[in-house]
Amino acid sequence: MNISISLTEIGSELHAKLTGEIDAYTAPQVKESLHPYAEKAGVKMIVDLTDVSYMDSTGLGVFVGLFKKLKSENGNLILTGLSDRLKRLFEITGLADVMNVNTEVEGGV
Amino acid sequence: MREAFDYIEMKIPAMPEYVGVIRLTLSGIASRMGFTYDLIDDLKIAVSEAITNAVQHAYKKDEGGEVVVGFGLYQDRLEVMVADSGKSFDINKARDEIGPYNENSQIEFLREGGLGLYLIESLMDEVKIHQNEGVTVFMTKYLEGEQVERNVETIST
Repeated sequence: MNISISLTEIGSELHAKLTGEIDAYTAPQVKESLHPYAEKAGVKMIVDLTDVSYMDSTGLGVFVGLFKKLKSENGNLILTGLSDRLKRLFEITGLADVMNVNTEVEGGV
Repeated sequence: MREAFDYIEMKIPAMPEYVGVIRLTLSGIASRMGFTYDLIDDLKIAVSEAITNAVQHAYKKDEGGEVVVGFGLYQDRLEVMVADSGKSFDINKARDEIGPYNENSQIEFLREGGLGLYLIESLMDEVKIHQNEGVTVFMTKYLEGEQVERNVETIST
């Protein structure tokens, strides 16, 4: 019922790895740690969701907010490592068509 | 004769840190009843959304309060009731603001909230919402779960 967030900055890329559950309690923590990076110009934010065991609309809201902010600053948001369950959540809500949602974890960091 | 069922009820403070506690209880109840892993996950999201709505509403107005969650365990289905503590919100307005995104949505107009009710209705087999002084959401999930698959297909096309 908690989330841990690890961040690695490589040039203009931010790699974020989230572990745990994203819900009404933890979504604000995710937003607070990632939003400051989205405000810089041209950031490519890569978020690894492999170890996210639960997510609901509160998490979707955070990623929509990040996506909007990054796009407005000519940046990009890439979500990786989504389980079938998470993929389904993005598909039901129509977000999969709007955002860049990958299911493979990007290798070779 | 009335249909036999077991009833379990919990009352939590209207605070986000307790949504996960209900999810744990719900997982226990649903797996006890024989729901599959996927259906349990649908239930977890739908019930969390209902509680989150109640909690966020109470929070916005800084009124505190409690959320009551009741589980009715029937032979063929689980009924979940989520009731907030009498702080009303405008359900019609909330309904207008729900719904999926579509690919033509302009990025700057994407909503960052309002998907909760939509997800509840997509993931559960039956949903009823009563509004008096507070809001009570009644949700039903059948053990076979065929109905929801049909619903989701309709929505995604």
